[in-house]
Amino acid sequence: MNEFEQMYREVILDHYKNPRGHGVLEHADAEAEGQNPLCGDEVSIYVAFGEDGETIDEVKFSGRGCAISQAATSMLTEMVQGRSASEVAMLDKDELLAEIGIPLTPVRLKCAVLWLTTLKVALHKAKGTPLPDGLAGFDELELL
Amino acid sequence: MTAGPKKLDARALRADFPIFLQEIHGKPLAYLDSANSSQKPRQVLDAMTAFYETSYANVHRAVHVLGERATAGLEGAREKVRAFLNAPDAREVIFVRNATEALNLVAYSWGGNNLGPGDAVVVTQLEHHSNFVPWQYIARRNGAAFVMLPLDEHDEVDFSGLDAIAQDHNVKVVATNLVSNSLGTIADLGPLVRWAHDLGAIFVCDAAQAAPHMRVDIQALDCDFLAISGHKMCGPSGIGALWGRGDLLRAMEPFMLGGHMINSVRYEKTTWGELPHKFEAGTSPIVEAVGLGAAVDYLEAAGLDAIEAYEHELAAYALGRLGEVPGITLYGPPAERRAGVVSFNLEGIHPHDVAQILDRQGVAIRAGHHCCQPLMHKLGVAATNRASFYLYTLPEEIDQLAEGLHTVRKVFA
Repeated sequence: MNEFEQMYREVILDHYKNPRGHGVLEHADAEAEGQNPLCGDEVSIYVAFGEDGETIDEVKFSGRGCAISQAATSMLTEMVQGRSASEVAMLDKDELLAEIGIPLTPVRLKCAVLWLTTLKVALHKAKGTPLPDGLAGFDELELL
Repeated sequence: MTAGPKKLDARALRADFPIFLQEIHGKPLAYLDSANSSQKPRQVLDAMTAFYETSYANVHRAVHVLGERATAGLEGAREKVRAFLNAPDAREVIFVRNATEALNLVAYSWGGNNLGPGDAVVVTQLEHHSNFVPWQYIARRNGAAFVMLPLDEHDEVDFSGLDAIAQDHNVKVVATNLVSNSLGTIADLGPLVRWAHDLGAIFVCDAAQAAPHMRVDIQALDCDFLAISGHKMCGPSGIGALWGRGDLLRAMEPFMLGGHMINSVRYEKTTWGELPHKFEAGTSPIVEAVGLGAAVDYLEAAGLDAIEAYEHELAAYALGRLGEVPGITLYGPPAERRAGVVSFNLEGIHPHDVAQILDRQGVAIRAGHHCCQPLMHKLGVAATNRASFYLYTLPEEIDQLAEGLHTVRKVFA
């Protein structure tokens, strides 16, 4: 089983089976939907800001994805809590990938970063923070 | 005709495919993704290499001997495709990039000029996006209705709404596949073709998933347009064919414009070339067409009936083996009504994860929506796993898949 443990570390399976932040925020300050065109997964991300209107108080996500995407999103909800919207808008995907901590093929890389992108879209819509690289001008229909 | 049905020898055919000489992650390659794209036999690769080395030039315009050879190669391939599909006339065979381009050609050139308010295009919930999205787009753009025949509780197309559709709309196009790429369902198109023609509609057949696996006879189908992709039938990527009824093609506007497709060009007016040139603007995928011709020869030598019978056997075997895996959901019809395609899901495990762990065991399957999101919506899933078979598939590859699925379950236990 060793080779599979390398691919699916225990912590990933744990996040997959018990995702943190799974659910819906009824009165979210920011939200966005994302689709993974490769597998058809759909996820919604909800953000609540603290009293300063800038610090991320809570992030939740609804929808189910593969283990990599689910674990990445689950880790992400913990990673961004207490950070400012503008800081998260610039969050380097490598920080998330380091947390995931397993080598990913190009297709799985998309699974891992897609909901980070969706979170940045939510922040963009609510706060006007910059869109992630490559998204600006590409996904206008989704943003409207 | 030869006496008695020919039996397919998959083991012998497999030796023609160089891709199987390698191991994947130290395991024998179980390539169960042929519905996505098929592997290529040496005969096709050799035909293309030999053509580049001895006969290559541009076609139709060169006076020199290489130009003649190249033209003969391209037109010879066209005749092979005509015979393969039992089309009446090789001039009605248009070379395109793939079935997607073929279907877009019909949607734009026929649909774009013949659809309007009050008209309807009818498709099914079992379509590949390539026979769904172009019609959805053109219908909306032209103010026509876009009607989808839903699936019933057995995931078969539900025809019970046809009368109501005919009452509500002027049905101009009926477009559906002959074999579903997701479920492998082999459609009985006869009644739908008759319904379409009784209403004065054209019938467009997406045969991309059928042509590799069974005898496709255009005259027996009685369709008006039919699309195939070379890469799914042992041919190279970048080549496919559209067959269309000559009178329809001649009355249609061109799809792409530019070199080769013209009769004469003046500042004031340009006139279109004859069939098939009117629809083949620019330099053709010449060597790819030659490769497709070689693929047709290869499939004919193996025997289309033998391929179909063998795939039914594989499908039955796979349904049995996979049915033993706990927590599996199998989609689609019984083996005798399906081509070599088995879609499934493992309870609680996303297809991407299934496919990734299978890959480490040398098993290649497709995990995703298979460009069939309307079907996925009906199944209530975002994606499925899909194992698909071809004339080089061996039963032990299916065993390797079944064993792999047990490992997947252990990882996610």
